[in-house]
Amino acid sequence: MSHLEEKVFQSSGITKSYEMGEVSVHALRGVDMELYAGELVVLLGPSGSGKSTLLNILGGLDTATSGQVSYKNKDLTKASDRELTEYRRFHVGFVFQFYNLIPSLTALENVSIVTEIARDPMDPEEALGRVGLANRLHHFPSQLSGGEQQRVAIARAVAKNPEVLLCDEPTGALDSATGIVVLEVLDRINRELGTATVLITHNADIADMADRVIHLSDGLISRMYRNEKRKSPKELHW
Amino acid sequence: MKTINRKILRNLWDMKGQAVAIALVIASGVATFIMSVSTMESLKLTQKTFYSNYRFSDIFASLKRAPESLRKRIMDIPGIDALETRVVAAVNLEIEDFSDPVTGHIYSIPDSGESLLNRLYLREGRLIEPFSDDEIIIGEAFAEAHNYSPGDSIRAIINGRRKNLTITGIALSPEHIYQMNPGALFPDFERYGVMWMGRTQLGTAYDMEGAFNNVVLKLAADGDSDRVIDRLDELLRPYGGLGAISRKDQLSHRYLSEEFRQLEQMASIFPTIFLAVAAFLLNVVVSRLVSTQREEIAALKAFGYSNIDVGLHFVKLILCIVVIGVVIGIGSGLWLGKYMATIYMEFYRFPYLAYTLSPSVALIAVFISTAAALLGTIYSVKRAALLPPAQAMRPEPPERYRESFAERMGLKRFFSQPTRMIIRHISRKPVKSFLTVTGIAFACAIMMVGRFQGDALDYMVDVQFGLSQREDVAVTFVEPRSRKALYELQSMKGVLYAEPFRTVPVKLLYQHRSYRTAVQGLESRGELQRLINADLQPVQIPEAGIVLSDYLGTILGVREGDRLRVEVLEGNRAVVEVPVVALVKEYIGVSAYMEISALNRLMHEGHALSGVYLATDSKYESSIFAELKKMPGIAGTQIREKAIDKFYETMGDTILIFTFINTILAGTIAFGVVYNSARIALSERSRELASLRVLGFSKGEISYILLGELGMLTFAAIPFGIAIGRGMCAYIAGSLQTDLFRVPLILESDTYAFAVTVVLVASIISSLTVSVKLSKLNLIAVLKTKE
Repeated sequence: MSHLEEKVFQSSGITKSYEMGEVSVHALRGVDMELYAGELVVLLGPSGSGKSTLLNILGGLDTATSGQVSYKNKDLTKASDRELTEYRRFHVGFVFQFYNLIPSLTALENVSIVTEIARDPMDPEEALGRVGLANRLHHFPSQLSGGEQQRVAIARAVAKNPEVLLCDEPTGALDSATGIVVLEVLDRINRELGTATVLITHNADIADMADRVIHLSDGLISRMYRNEKRKSPKELHW
Repeated sequence: MKTINRKILRNLWDMKGQAVAIALVIASGVATFIMSVSTMESLKLTQKTFYSNYRFSDIFASLKRAPESLRKRIMDIPGIDALETRVVAAVNLEIEDFSDPVTGHIYSIPDSGESLLNRLYLREGRLIEPFSDDEIIIGEAFAEAHNYSPGDSIRAIINGRRKNLTITGIALSPEHIYQMNPGALFPDFERYGVMWMGRTQLGTAYDMEGAFNNVVLKLAADGDSDRVIDRLDELLRPYGGLGAISRKDQLSHRYLSEEFRQLEQMASIFPTIFLAVAAFLLNVVVSRLVSTQREEIAALKAFGYSNIDVGLHFVKLILCIVVIGVVIGIGSGLWLGKYMATIYMEFYRFPYLAYTLSPSVALIAVFISTAAALLGTIYSVKRAALLPPAQAMRPEPPERYRESFAERMGLKRFFSQPTRMIIRHISRKPVKSFLTVTGIAFACAIMMVGRFQGDALDYMVDVQFGLSQREDVAVTFVEPRSRKALYELQSMKGVLYAEPFRTVPVKLLYQHRSYRTAVQGLESRGELQRLINADLQPVQIPEAGIVLSDYLGTILGVREGDRLRVEVLEGNRAVVEVPVVALVKEYIGVSAYMEISALNRLMHEGHALSGVYLATDSKYESSIFAELKKMPGIAGTQIREKAIDKFYETMGDTILIFTFINTILAGTIAFGVVYNSARIALSERSRELASLRVLGFSKGEISYILLGELGMLTFAAIPFGIAIGRGMCAYIAGSLQTDLFRVPLILESDTYAFAVTVVLVASIISSLTVSVKLSKLNLIAVLKTKE
């Protein structure tokens, strides 16, 4: 696994605090982590542990209060809004808990809207084929089930051929059977395309499908370990 | 305060921009309503009290000359309550330091005591001393125009004789609330005045001792106006009676009635538009509010609030917006009404204007705005009230979309994804999109209506004075004169060209219809006075036959070739049948025309002329005026151009202010509609726009998706607005077709451009306001929520 040596993210001492009215909330209190090319990392932690904040900082949606984050040697902490937009446009794929599809666009168009602005994307139909929706191309979100909507969202995220895929509770709004189908898609994408993937969840059972597991609590990494063998999502249940 | 009511205030605060925009649209409706109704009511009330306190007469008749003994026979006509015989003299006035010709009418008043009818309201000074020889009372408008006050003297040329008179008082009369030289287009207080002198004194000066040439009557309670007029006409015919008219045809009264009609129109059209738009905006905003508050509504119900409580909660919120609008509306309506009243006082000479706003009018304004608001929102409020709590706890199902018509037609490949989003969003809510377009279109239409009257007026003046009446000066004789008078004027230094005319009062009859007017005898190849057809081409007057204005043709129901009965009302009183040879275009007055020699043949007169039109060299203007003043037998001299200039000078500010008010009104609608649509769109779509931002779309790209829709709707609204605007102007023009004037449907390209600009600017400003919010989208928060 030589390609694992290439670092996608390198972060050290990330802190993030918000002013919430008159109190300040310290969401991250000094996090050091790396993400290597091609690996699948599960970020585990209870709500409020800072895992979404970390993901948002990695994804260029938010900036750290202090510390250093670099993406392939590019310093994200000093990037302007325009640079962050460009970073998201070309390098990152996002998958959200609530899918965030555009209701007025069909499945195919929800993917095309991203590929149209990407550099060297895959064909939108291919992307939907990869998530098993080749026969649902012209359906609008209102005509798709939750699992299908999430798979469209995954297709949309991977269609631009991103270096990294960031998934925030992708199964949070789904029942377990549908959730497993979605995880299978993510697992397959990671294996077939080699896209480095960070997956946030508060469901400890999902950790078994990861190369590496990072536990966050109270804004700090409390534990980090490598699975000897990645389980297939099919073997998971909760 | 109850917590649930506090929630209303918080909700209002959260949507303050939209609430204010809607309140302003309501305010515009209420303000135009209050302004027009209160002005109309005040004017009507003032008119009514002025008429009754100063005994405005019901019937008016002019004649050539009748002995005072006729008075008794008139009084014997049944149905008359009071009668006054008068002498009315057309005079020229000489005013120091004012070289232009000034004409006027002097009305006789009793030598002592007050008039029986049409009494004077003395603004300043006193009535004349009984039988005094050199006293005169002048009208207020004229006095103001020349800064006269009691004690000043004025020189009048009455029947060719110069007379020095001392002004004893400045007065107003119910007969002359609107003062205009008969035949003029606009009032010109500098060059035309109304005044009063003692009967004996005026009679002596005007060769009317023991005689009268004008009579006014007041009807008894059971008096029948038509019957009295018939009997009066019969009695006056041998004395050169010109036909009596009732109050509704009296010039001053008619102008005032026209004004009331226009105010009534304004009181109904404008508020209707504004309140309809406000109802639509409230509908959009409240239905969105109900959608976003589903879960709150469910929670309230879960805690035990009833359906009625929830319904009332939203009704109260709506009423808060209505109240803000009504308060602003009544306040600015009062202010505008008072302002309008001062403008009216400039043109309509009332002794005072009791500006009032009756509480019932304010209540009606409150009632109709509330009704409009509730009508617009009843569906959403009901939806909120009846929402079952368990269902409300769940989020609303995703919006359904489908491919738009244009895409299904095969145009899809030409549209980018963002453009498809825009088109599908528009076509998913066709009614809402249509109403948005309609709202913006009305902004455009209101702007056009605001400028229409100015455009039409310019056009009327251009046609009337640019193409038709092209003389510099019109000289009218007291009595018809021979052709010698023409040569005399022609030979004056500075007169370039002269053309005679003859005016004969007539009654025209066709089948059962008749109309009283004057036939103008003109030279058939006249240069200074030309008749114009509908294509604005000059029409030559044929050697025989009569030419009518198209409006007179319609009144009489005649077409070219029909034979018209003409009854001459002076001289030989000939009655003849004459063919109608042409119909011509005229915007002002109602006239008939004949070739001057043909008219003279009909009258069995030689080469008689009533006056002369002159083209003059402006260098010699003052010497011409000076010479004309010295000439005997001249009843009046009118200079066209100065009258027009003066009018524009007076109207200029008024037109500017009205344009300004209309711009604000139109801007309010355009801003209200566009801003609200943009805010609603932002609220409905912030989630998907934030998602796109996360996916790497720039601020500009998502602004296009949000504002592109509004841009498209605005562009669709412009041609629609122009069509509505033209329709409204056509309606207004249609209602301004009277004997006095016919307003043509003319809209200059400036007006279109201005209307479109106001709409675009208002749209751009509201778009910018929203795009500021768009750039502050919280990307993270929006992804964490499920809508």
